[in-house]
Amino acid sequence: MEVADLIFKVIFVLAVFGISLLVAMYSTYAERKVAAFFQDRLGPNRAGPFGILQPLADGVKMFMKEEIIPTNSDKALFILGPSIAMLTACMTGVVIPWGNSLIINGKEFVMQITDVNIGILYIFGVVSIGVYGIMIGGWASNNKFSLLGSLRASSQMISYELAMGMSIIAIVMMSGTLSVREIVLGQPGGHWNVLYQPLGFLLFFICALAETNRTPFDLPECETELVGGYHTEYSSMKLGFYLFAEYINMFISSAVIVCLYFGGYNFPFIESLGLSHNVVSLLGTGIFFIKIFFFIFVFMWIRWTIPRFRYDQLMRVGWKVLLPLAVLNIVITAIVLLWKNDLFSLNF
Amino acid sequence: MSNYLFYILSFLSIFSALMVVLSRKPVHSVLYLIFCFFTIAGHYILLNAQFLAAVHIIVYAGAIMVLFLFVIMLLNLNAETEPHKPLIIKGASVVTGGMLLVVLIATFKSAAMSVSSPEFNSDLGMVESLGKVLYDQYMLPFEVSALLFLSAMVGATMIGKKEI
Amino acid sequence: MLTNRSKVVVDKQMSFVEKLYLPAIIGGLFITFKHFFRKKTTIKYPEVKRELSSVYRGQHVLKRDEQGRENCTACGLCAVACPAEAITMTAAERKPGEEKLYREEKYASVYEINMLRCIFCGLCEEACPKEAIFLTDRIVASDFERGGFIYGKDKLVEPVDNDKRIDLSGRLQAHRKLNS
Repeated sequence: MEVADLIFKVIFVLAVFGISLLVAMYSTYAERKVAAFFQDRLGPNRAGPFGILQPLADGVKMFMKEEIIPTNSDKALFILGPSIAMLTACMTGVVIPWGNSLIINGKEFVMQITDVNIGILYIFGVVSIGVYGIMIGGWASNNKFSLLGSLRASSQMISYELAMGMSIIAIVMMSGTLSVREIVLGQPGGHWNVLYQPLGFLLFFICALAETNRTPFDLPECETELVGGYHTEYSSMKLGFYLFAEYINMFISSAVIVCLYFGGYNFPFIESLGLSHNVVSLLGTGIFFIKIFFFIFVFMWIRWTIPRFRYDQLMRVGWKVLLPLAVLNIVITAIVLLWKNDLFSLNF
Repeated sequence: MSNYLFYILSFLSIFSALMVVLSRKPVHSVLYLIFCFFTIAGHYILLNAQFLAAVHIIVYAGAIMVLFLFVIMLLNLNAETEPHKPLIIKGASVVTGGMLLVVLIATFKSAAMSVSSPEFNSDLGMVESLGKVLYDQYMLPFEVSALLFLSAMVGATMIGKKEI
Repeated sequence: MLTNRSKVVVDKQMSFVEKLYLPAIIGGLFITFKHFFRKKTTIKYPEVKRELSSVYRGQHVLKRDEQGRENCTACGLCAVACPAEAITMTAAERKPGEEKLYREEKYASVYEINMLRCIFCGLCEEACPKEAIFLTDRIVASDFERGGFIYGKDKLVEPVDNDKRIDLSGRLQAHRKLNS
């Protein structure tokens, strides 16, 4: 690897990390603002103009709060829980193509940290590890509410992972690759996958809501039944990590949705603009972020509209509705693909 | 570079495997086991078998171990509640384990170390080659194991149903 | 219109479209989206204040007359009238030379209202024969200690300076209008 490559990679990694933290930070502000607007209120508007500095104030509050570790808790695991939650949340951004390539001094730099050829499986693996953060934290608190919350979280996440994986398989069948970048490259201009996979998108989106523990699937932390769920015993920045991880997850899953179904950094009439390669790339990155912010807004919109499921309903939806629909989606996709590629006429 | 990685990973996997047995709390054992799976996935990546590594993590660390953790958390096993085993059982287990060790050493000594062949294809572990091998060369075993999984799924559904 | 929204519950089978729940969910999303652009009801408190009723019953005041003498004669009718028993007082006799301070020969040397007990019913105001105690539109401030809520004469009696007097003209007018 050349020095220029290495420098670009280092800067890019730091940029992705910083941006995901920044977006998560302002997602907390956006969440409060959006919630307020949906409820005919104004939301935070004291810290700075329009309350823009509210996340900083929240951060300072989180850091200054007293750190409480329950006496009968498993101390090491109690600290490990939020760490894992934060770690897995930050890890997913690695395989997401944040833009096309930049050409600097005749050299091409791809705006992606690493293009693993099993990118989707990587995302999937990291998401499946994310359960441990919640599970360990809930168990280590030595509190019944926490334990119940973490059990709910893990069973929910395992259940919805299946339907999520199944809905991704249809996409993988269509594009013939597991690399996220190639999937994005496979939907140039306005030929987004959502046009061919509307059912798959719906399933994936519902599962993404469940995986990020957002309403209507926020049973792990539903305050009416479980106080705070798995983070009942947490305080200070450890609680902050849990909350922060949720927002990073929201950001990343929006990015994944955009990559898989909404063409990533592609946008219609991309060629007819007649701009240079670099400008188009940067414009694409901007468009990518606009799409991501739209989905973050949709996440919040849904949160403040739909009440949460009962637990048996949640399991029924996951296993009896989403999973069969995902299988159906795979079968339909397979049939259409075979028909399009004229493979029925082949003799096996 | 990858040599050092191999040694670090090997040390970590052996250490965590030992800790699975040695740690007093069952939950810690499970977590060490998960960590052990991760280091093994690291070994797969060193062998350029990325697909295998990802599947290993998704299936073992992501799904099966969660269920393990589930059961152990619900049983609420603690170091204090663990029944005290009599000395004779401890002795017997030491003897059995030692015998297993002897057998293993004997097998490994007789087995010749296979040196990686010169025509080793580094793309062997990639998804494409793996898929081609599975669906061409090993089509029948693959389909048979798929049937096995199907029957297991049907069986699980039958057990799960209250009334048939 | 509000009362006309009752629906008869029909226990019928849901149609396929209804069973999908998606139309209902999307309908709900649009309802919340409409609220997104509605006029906000928030009042930015310290800058903008909600207009209080002219007969609003807030913190009490012990009035002085035009010459700056306290009206209260410590008759105790307010304490008797008080349903929450929040008022206590100690009466004292006016000494020669104190005529400028107290209007009558008897006055309250101690007059305390426990703001934690007070229910702001305004019965003390109605009971007072001397027009000495009134409720105003001021809001009782919060405090960290319970003791801080027992208001003595230092906080209750209005200042002597004419320009610092508490204006009750609007309140009295409204009362008169209500009574007539």
